[in-house]
Amino acid sequence: MKTLKELQDGKTTSRALTKACLARVEALDSSLHAFLHVDESAPERASQVDKESPLAGLPIAVKDILMVEGMPATCGSKILEGFMPPFTATSVKKLQDAGAVIIGKTNTDEFAMGSSTENSAYGVTHNPWNLDRVPGGSSGGSAAAVAAGIVPAALGTDTGGSIRQPASFCGISGIKPTYGRVSRYGLAAYGSSLDSVGILGRSVDDLIPLFEVMVGKDPLDATTVDAPSITRKLSAESLVGTRIGVPAEYFVKGIQAEVEERVREAIKMLKMLGAEIIPINLPHTEYALPVYYILAPAEASANLARYDGIRYTPREGEKSLEDVYRQTRGKHFGAEVERRIMLGTYALSAGYYDAYYGQAQKVRTLIRRDFEEAFKNVDAIAAPIAPTTAFEIGSHGDDPLAMYLEDIFTLPANLAGVPGLALPVGFDGDNMPIGMQLMGAPFSEENLFAIGRAYQGATDWHKEKPNIG
Amino acid sequence: MSLKIEEVQHIAKLAKLDLSDGEIARYREQLSDILDHIAKLNELDTSGISPMANVIVGASPLRADESRPSLPREKLLQNAPDAEKGQFKVPSVFGEKKK
Repeated sequence: MKTLKELQDGKTTSRALTKACLARVEALDSSLHAFLHVDESAPERASQVDKESPLAGLPIAVKDILMVEGMPATCGSKILEGFMPPFTATSVKKLQDAGAVIIGKTNTDEFAMGSSTENSAYGVTHNPWNLDRVPGGSSGGSAAAVAAGIVPAALGTDTGGSIRQPASFCGISGIKPTYGRVSRYGLAAYGSSLDSVGILGRSVDDLIPLFEVMVGKDPLDATTVDAPSITRKLSAESLVGTRIGVPAEYFVKGIQAEVEERVREAIKMLKMLGAEIIPINLPHTEYALPVYYILAPAEASANLARYDGIRYTPREGEKSLEDVYRQTRGKHFGAEVERRIMLGTYALSAGYYDAYYGQAQKVRTLIRRDFEEAFKNVDAIAAPIAPTTAFEIGSHGDDPLAMYLEDIFTLPANLAGVPGLALPVGFDGDNMPIGMQLMGAPFSEENLFAIGRAYQGATDWHKEKPNIG
Repeated sequence: MSLKIEEVQHIAKLAKLDLSDGEIARYREQLSDILDHIAKLNELDTSGISPMANVIVGASPLRADESRPSLPREKLLQNAPDAEKGQFKVPSVFGEKKK
């Protein structure tokens, strides 16, 4: 990572770098609105960092759905306005212990439910490549902050594509780790069997140092594991011997022609670098959307029961406990959150459980089997991230299903629990970035990084910057 | 499929959401559309398929049943809208508050 090397070589100091980040926020964030909180004391903390630590003094931003003690956490929701978390997320704590300096919290769709940051109760984030377009979501604030050069890297979370899709829309790189590889402790839970904490950065090289610090078993998250060995380790030097699958189901009608073209060109580049390209099938891909929109809302309806006006500010109603619950939630949750809570409540309610939740869990098994079968023959799967480039703010109006369809290519990785790496692979005719994802078998992130580094060694897409500020 | 207004009201009650008539009507339409899309799952024969219960294959999330230090009480109460004597304070659980 370039910034880290400059710090280690003494070419800059953490204090100077952190000050520069804050100056850039000051200059750009009135037009981007990537940040919900900026910590003015960051330069002071930066000067106290242990210079021997692995990330000594690296300034980063954190999606405002991860808890950082000392900074407010809103999760993009009015129901947590004024909330000060009494603890720090394990992923963030590990980065802080390694010397990273958190400069602020970035915008997100409310409780990470959305694909554009338009669902944030604190206003939309604008795409640095075109301020009239969305940055993607839900980690849109983090993606915009990295793309605009405010921070070299930022944390995001990915429950159904929320790291990969904004990375794609903003022309940067991003890693959604294997489920269980990075602790979820201190992440406000949305879909607990799908949520993962990851990183957005300009290039793959920018992701790796943070990733290495964040992974591993955490006693505070029972689903974390110390990574077992990956099935087949790839060469770091060349893609010769690397088998890359291309799933037919991800190149379907309705996908923007330029997205398909750029992704196919990127796959051709992987072939030129020595990889073997193998056509594959993931037959249950089309069922990922309906499965996700049962399971994620079902889990959300339980997870969000905790926002009840008792433990966190604010509170509405006073007549009775029931009155407090209903008024607080009805007033302070946004429309998308209410919709998903209702959908999940319905899917889990008496008489419907087997038909919806039970059936969805079975089809989830089929989706995972598709990936297991595929990874018997390939080391990674290359596919588009989103059917289109970043769309105009407001263009999806009040049509939730149209917004859900933005996620059709990212949901399967979350359902199967496998890692996904987003890479910028070019632009469309409007100069909006296009991304490609590489999905791998569980715990094969290092392989995805190796392929991504080889690709970025041969291309310059990750060096393109928006003309802003 | 189309949800009935009463069904949507019932779901809102279960979910403890106080919604206006306008919201109920809008959610009725939107949730019905989404459920139509979800009905696609019934195309698949899943007899003999087990539901996916664990994401990580072979992981055993059991730990020793031992007490561990937890966050201090003051810290956990600091965000409460109402607290007294080290406890969360809530309105009357049964019936309305007496004047």
